[in-house]
Amino acid sequence: MKHTVAVLVENKPGVLTRVAGLFSRRGFNIESLAVGVTENADTSRITIVVSGDDHVLEQVEKQLNKLIDVIRVSDIPPDESVSRELALIKVGVDSTTRAEVMQIVDVFRAKIVDVGIKSLVVEVTGDESKIKAMEQLLRQFGIREMVRTGKIAMNRGAKVVQVEKK
Amino acid sequence: MTKQKMPGARAVIESLYCEGVEVLFGYPGGQVLPLYDELYDANVRHILVRHEQAAAHAADGFARATGKVGVCLATSGPGATNLVTGIATAYMDSVPMVAITGQVPRSLIGNDAFQEANITGITLPITKHNYLVQDTNDIPRIFKEAFYIARTGRPGPVLIDIPKDTQIEAIDFEYPEKIELRGYKPTYAGNEQQVKKAASLILKAEKPIFYVGGGIIFSNATEELRTLAEGIMAPVTTTLMGMSAFPSAHPLSVGMLGMHGTRYANYAIQESDLIIAVGVRFDDRVTGKISAFAPNAKIIHIDIDPAEIGKNVRVDVPIVGDAKNVLKALLKFVKQEQVKTDAWNKKITAWKKEFPLTYKKDKLLRPQFVVEQISEICPDAIVVTEVGQNQMWAAQFFNFRNPRTFISSGGLGTMGYGFPAAMGAKVGKPESTVIDIAGDGSFQMNSQELATVVQNDIPVIVAILNNGFLGMVRQWQELFFNRRYSETCLESSVDFVKLAEAYGALGLRATKKSDVKDVIEEAVKSGRPTVIDFVVEREENVSPMVPAGAAINEILDLE
Repeated sequence: MKHTVAVLVENKPGVLTRVAGLFSRRGFNIESLAVGVTENADTSRITIVVSGDDHVLEQVEKQLNKLIDVIRVSDIPPDESVSRELALIKVGVDSTTRAEVMQIVDVFRAKIVDVGIKSLVVEVTGDESKIKAMEQLLRQFGIREMVRTGKIAMNRGAKVVQVEKK
Repeated sequence: MTKQKMPGARAVIESLYCEGVEVLFGYPGGQVLPLYDELYDANVRHILVRHEQAAAHAADGFARATGKVGVCLATSGPGATNLVTGIATAYMDSVPMVAITGQVPRSLIGNDAFQEANITGITLPITKHNYLVQDTNDIPRIFKEAFYIARTGRPGPVLIDIPKDTQIEAIDFEYPEKIELRGYKPTYAGNEQQVKKAASLILKAEKPIFYVGGGIIFSNATEELRTLAEGIMAPVTTTLMGMSAFPSAHPLSVGMLGMHGTRYANYAIQESDLIIAVGVRFDDRVTGKISAFAPNAKIIHIDIDPAEIGKNVRVDVPIVGDAKNVLKALLKFVKQEQVKTDAWNKKITAWKKEFPLTYKKDKLLRPQFVVEQISEICPDAIVVTEVGQNQMWAAQFFNFRNPRTFISSGGLGTMGYGFPAAMGAKVGKPESTVIDIAGDGSFQMNSQELATVVQNDIPVIVAILNNGFLGMVRQWQELFFNRRYSETCLESSVDFVKLAEAYGALGLRATKKSDVKDVIEEAVKSGRPTVIDFVVEREENVSPMVPAGAAINEILDLE
């Protein structure tokens, strides 16, 4: 089972190493990882997708909380959150296939961000399944290169993950 | 405090003063030269070891004996990596320690410079936290945080890596009064509701047992434990780390549990209906086969580290908090109540009679006899151990009376730990007799520290239970590898008496039972660093024993 965990950390050098190192030495498996600064410049947010049962998730959260530079750890339940990933996919095209690819991109509400004579670069944003579907459809045309971000996620409604105010 | 201009190295020394540090164990080198220059006339004692590993173990022994933060110091590269085993040892046993290392100048970091090692990277998994000084102005804040992190919550080692150029660069020194760590707020008070739940389980229990460990000692909760145990008349078993947390001779004591625990402790755990686990972590050496552990018991788990709760076993009532606070809170509920543990205590008393901890009492000089004699002659000694059979016999046969009198590498099981740790303990508690109960194998891993104890006049006693074997490994080979003693025989290697004398220490030897008392008394009386070579039965086994992977009531008695 996959869990998405949001980790607020001090925005300092070496913090990502501490977090990633903890996962490897405790035998937790990172499926994806995304890092970026938050609304506060001194705080970064790491979104980690980890596979394992509830016991593993509990240990992940507790072990993360032991790191001095980790400020807060929250489980983001899939039903009560929105999540996005982004992929750039370079597809090989020629004059006969270009239109078809553009149609698919349109249907997926993706974007073409670069057009070359023999290739297109497609930008697609969505949840994991959408990106997977897009990838599968484009494969027939020949995917030259693909790059994906890790998942980012946010609770729906008013609930927020933030540094607790005293 | 007014700001003062000073170089980073001076700021380090001032920070140590502010933390009340009186002693450092260390070894100089190129990248700590500015620091050592400041130490030359600093008002802090520096003990020059002969190997950095010993500096870390000595700081660890000092910390365990006194409850204060132990401090060690080494240069960059090999100096720093030599600390690693000592830091890992302290980490596994939750010992408050600050390790200071020199680093190559900032401009050279990452260049594979001479004596450069990425020690913050290397020690990431074995420190509670670590720091690389990147801005000299951070030195006071980093020291303040490091000492705070090391001694609070679940204690542990913190490393501070200080590039040489930051030791030289001048800053305005001002030691911070406050600490701001958004991500570090240990819980000390137990949740009231949880305490109530625990109390109601305790009052209902007919076969309760306390299973306690190092957490009791670190939180200075021995009195609370004793009062609570007596209040509900429940037996107390301790882990290796918990030895000395509860008096061995107390009628409610059932000694150590687990692999080499007493039969009655293991039986009691397996038959109990309630385990009150305090400051322990359900280590595999304690639980044996985890699925067969205490099948009928509900478990109350009290620990300051939330990550330990539910890690290895299911827990019915978790309580995160400091052992002393939580036990105090529990006392309010249970002290006046009627207890129902008479039948349970009778049963345990019968087990104690039927399965006493013992050994063959014949004419031969057996290691257990040596430990018993030390216990009798030096009842208030601080016992430090090496690792292996010596460690188990010390835990089994010494009669502990006061907390912080048993110091041993429990989690990491570090051979070579005992002697330097004993040195640190003696520096911290100079009025106590400090005895390292050693094996001939372990002692040889750090015997060079004889030079340190002689030079600094640190009169520890090393009692070598010399069987000419790496005894515990030999025991496993005997039991599980068909007596094929592969590379475990150390026979006729060293004359320990002469070795001691070569360093200027006192060397004594006992080869028969009747010698034992005399040599121990002579060692104590001498007031000198002493090595006693007890030439003991070679193939004595630690007994009883639960084989690895078996349930803890599947116990073997060994000859």
